[in-house]
Amino acid sequence: MHELGITQNIVAIVTEHAKGAKVQRVLLEIGKLSAIMPDAIRFCFDICTQGTVLEGAMLEILEIPGLGRCRQCGAEIFLDKPFGICNCGSVRLDLITGEELKIKEIEIEELCV
Amino acid sequence: MCVTCGCSDDGEIKITNLETDEAEHHHTHTLPDGTVITHSHSHDTHIEAPQIHAKIHNTTISLEQDILAKNNLLAAQNRGWFKGRNILALNLMSSPGAGKTTLLTRTINDLKHQLSISVIEGDQETANDAKKIKETGSKVIQINTGTGCHLDASMIERGLQQLNPPLNSVVMIENVGNLVCPALFDLGEQAKVVILSVTEGEDKPLKYPHIFRASDIMILTKIDLLPYVDFDVQKCIDYARQINPQIQIFQVSATSNTGLEKWYAWLIENLKNCQH
Repeated sequence: MHELGITQNIVAIVTEHAKGAKVQRVLLEIGKLSAIMPDAIRFCFDICTQGTVLEGAMLEILEIPGLGRCRQCGAEIFLDKPFGICNCGSVRLDLITGEELKIKEIEIEELCV
Repeated sequence: MCVTCGCSDDGEIKITNLETDEAEHHHTHTLPDGTVITHSHSHDTHIEAPQIHAKIHNTTISLEQDILAKNNLLAAQNRGWFKGRNILALNLMSSPGAGKTTLLTRTINDLKHQLSISVIEGDQETANDAKKIKETGSKVIQINTGTGCHLDASMIERGLQQLNPPLNSVVMIENVGNLVCPALFDLGEQAKVVILSVTEGEDKPLKYPHIFRASDIMILTKIDLLPYVDFDVQKCIDYARQINPQIQIFQVSATSNTGLEKWYAWLIENLKNCQH
């Protein structure tokens, strides 16, 4: 399950940016064609965040739908797999969206004295 | 409506642990453009009481950070390392048992006098494959990933220090046998090679599209077994091209010495292209 390694990356990146502050929320962008399962990330998130500044943080995931553009006729088509056939019969598609794998934003706790 | 975040959805899932009385919420919303948002949180989110004269508030930081950025940066460094030494590096990926090691030992033995090939072997456990490669006289190191299901750029970086491949040579990286996870991780290779044996079924490209889409080359192995298995080669090629119209395909048998010359010609040609 490569999602475990991916989640460890998420925790490492967020920890670095939080600079010791407690993290309340993490917003991820995961494309539907990225071969990453949000449920698996969620499962790993609880385990990977234990004992870190992310422990107990809310995890929000934006799943970006797949969109391809046909190289032959320029039509845009929705894709649920990383390939498809355009109405014009061409299979040469450029993926425009759906391969995202990003940490969009984090929310950290700040103490104002 | 959820009292913590204010969202409401018909598909709300609530999981409560009766031992601790902790409740966890999962919510899913679908936006008009098809974007799906899910989030989870504990209903017992416990915020420590603020100290006197101190107030806690949250700050949102926009990161826009690629999760695989670190791996991709290391992969780019590996690519530069290979380029500086005129090395052709290939990332070989397949299911377990597709014939990667057999094809590799055959390739090394047949091309011994023309080019130098060193090998990074990736397996979860054992050094069995590395021992087989060592018998050919090639330089080889074994990376055992333990529970890991794929190699990554950092493992290759460390492996290369140990392997120390010669200039103007080929480095074959034999990835962990797995048709899913290796597709996502750039190692710094020149080309990704997916190996599929005719004993696996012609619809593999449709079942595991990510790896076939990510690959530059597909090698169909064990073609000497075609008379004994129900495998439609043309269908398999059509499926692979449907996923990846640019994919280059070789059909070989490492045991009966069929079709290897075209694969060897590709190797020699591409190694030449690495020379400055």
